[in-house]
Amino acid sequence: MATMNIIQAVNNALHLAMDAEDDVVLLGEDVGKFGGVFRATVGLQERFGEDRVIDTPLAESGIIGAAIGMALYGVKTIAEIQFSDFIFPAYDQIVNELAKYRYRSGGEYPCPMVIRTPVGGGIRGGHYHSQSPESVFVHHAGLVVVAPSNPYDAKGLLLAALESPDPVMVLEPKRIYRGPDHGKNWSAHPKGEVPEDYYTVPIGKAAIARELTGEGVPVTVLTYGAMVHTCGKAAELAAAEGIDVELVDLRSLMPYDLEAIVASASKTGRVVVANEAPRTCGYAAEIVSLVGEHCFDWLEAPVTRVTGYDTPFPYTLEFAYLPDAGRVLKAVRDVAHYA
Amino acid sequence: MSSESHTAPPVTTDPVQVMAPDGTVVDPDFLATIPREDIVALYEAMLAQRVYDDRMIKMQRQGRLGFYLACTGEEACSYGPAYALEPKDWFYPAYREPGVALWRGMPFQAWVDNMVGNCDDPVKGRQMPVHWTAREQNIVSISSPVGTQIPQCVGSAYAAKLRGDGGVSICFFGEGTSSEGDFHVGLNFAGVWKAPAIFFCRNNGYAISTPYEKTTATEHIALRAHGYGIRGVVVDGNDVLAVIKAVREAAEWGRAGRGPTLIEAKTYRIAAHSTSDDPKGYRTREEEELWLARCPLKRLRAWLEAEGLWDEAKEQACTEASSARIIAALTTAESKPHPELDTLFSEVFADKPPHLVAQQAELEAHLASGTADYKSR
Repeated sequence: MATMNIIQAVNNALHLAMDAEDDVVLLGEDVGKFGGVFRATVGLQERFGEDRVIDTPLAESGIIGAAIGMALYGVKTIAEIQFSDFIFPAYDQIVNELAKYRYRSGGEYPCPMVIRTPVGGGIRGGHYHSQSPESVFVHHAGLVVVAPSNPYDAKGLLLAALESPDPVMVLEPKRIYRGPDHGKNWSAHPKGEVPEDYYTVPIGKAAIARELTGEGVPVTVLTYGAMVHTCGKAAELAAAEGIDVELVDLRSLMPYDLEAIVASASKTGRVVVANEAPRTCGYAAEIVSLVGEHCFDWLEAPVTRVTGYDTPFPYTLEFAYLPDAGRVLKAVRDVAHYA
Repeated sequence: MSSESHTAPPVTTDPVQVMAPDGTVVDPDFLATIPREDIVALYEAMLAQRVYDDRMIKMQRQGRLGFYLACTGEEACSYGPAYALEPKDWFYPAYREPGVALWRGMPFQAWVDNMVGNCDDPVKGRQMPVHWTAREQNIVSISSPVGTQIPQCVGSAYAAKLRGDGGVSICFFGEGTSSEGDFHVGLNFAGVWKAPAIFFCRNNGYAISTPYEKTTATEHIALRAHGYGIRGVVVDGNDVLAVIKAVREAAEWGRAGRGPTLIEAKTYRIAAHSTSDDPKGYRTREEEELWLARCPLKRLRAWLEAEGLWDEAKEQACTEASSARIIAALTTAESKPHPELDTLFSEVFADKPPHLVAQQAELEAHLASGTADYKSR
């Protein structure tokens, strides 16, 4: 077992996938010789050649469109969109084409391929290097969307995505690429231990990132991606106040693990849902709704959201925008002490 | 940045032509390469297509079809490429290429079932009419947003090149679509990758109601090839033999590893855009007459008759047989039930995820409750 950060785990997964089969192509902007702006594809072009690791022209609809054509032809394709903020020129190709191919062709043309793209703020990237667009992709039927929160899951979900018969978007939380929190690296985190061999993490299954201890008022926190670590920090602060948080890392946004959501929410009856993206119609809204529909009889407090604001993502004030542990803690207290 | 990699492939704007509008042969050498029985078969197929299109329009007017798009006047632009390429090659049609389906062997009844959206429609009633698919013939599922298939075609062409299987991929679109970003993106990718792709632009004069002059300032769409470092050709799109010649040359160019070709076929949409518009509102009768004189069927018939390969009796027999065929197929199609309710929820993903299982159960309960308030056919 080795210690890896998320970038190294992704890079390791890509090496394994491209090594296992010749019919795997990776394409994107600067992914080849340079190894990607976040270095996730370092060494791949040198190892597998320019025909299989392609530095593309700067055109996201071309990257995704061409990847779709390759995937339809039967070539396993991994497309990198450099920042998810730049994905929108490919929006039509993703939501009207990729997502619909199997359905619209009566099953004749499935289109299994993988899109990797870094998401989220906290890197001083301003509006165009910080957004979290997951809800729009979840909303358009036909896409599998996963959001790992640590190196172990990043590798396992990426390899599962490559095995999937469906198109999969892997949303990589760029803020925690190199460490789960500021000044910390992954070596101190249990999920920074990553086997070098092939393994997968099942799509559609949530994970319990922090279990109930039995000490204090139980509260469920449901989240994913980088927010898992923000919420983890809030859970530690809450524990000191006699609040016992079960932290559920959703991992898979479409399909989602309703069983795990309902199990935790009905056990605690007090639920906070957190996402970094803007509030209105954000992914958290869907989870809040599901909890309301399925767990009403068990609820002890209104299901509460902690989210980004309904503003463009700011530059200088990004840490005011981003939900921090304090805001999560406030929400956890509110549901714990709701009378 | 070697100068060799930037040697521009040729772009020509003199239309490739084998047969003039009056049936006079202008390229006897090429004509000699096509078996005469094939030319007869192509004529029969295009004549039949005109009958099918005519019948489909009438059916729509009678309220029996939801929608239709005819290819009247542009038959050569789908039958020609279908004839020119090999079974292993991949096709990305737009929505005006029935010849690609029918010449390459998509079952006729399946094609008609798609128009009705019944239980045997290859796309299971999930799309409007004219959005068919034919996997066995390597014809990719049709989409309504225009131009999306252009970069996809480049991807398939690249995949064929990567595998070294000698396949080419062709996509179809109108001149209106050449304004879409995906056209420019696709041609650029194809040029850089030297992908064996054929971009077949049917310049039929209109983007629904908007004439060519309002959508592009270039005299020929084919000239755009130069900007992407790829081969460009103009062909008389109403001359099926010229279309075959142009597509064959493009395929040879691609198979030889020399990259893609943009073919601009000059033609005219004698038909309306679809059953939802009336061309009288945006073009003149004089203009239509001009192009009717250049009709792809007319010139072929003139030549066939001069060669003693066709006559009025054959014309009548083919027309009547085609009419009977389409009416029988439509009657059969209309008699078939809707697709199963399950097809609403299946194949969104390979396996139905729990939320779709739950939503399907919800709908089934609703339909069983007796309170459902919508009409079935």
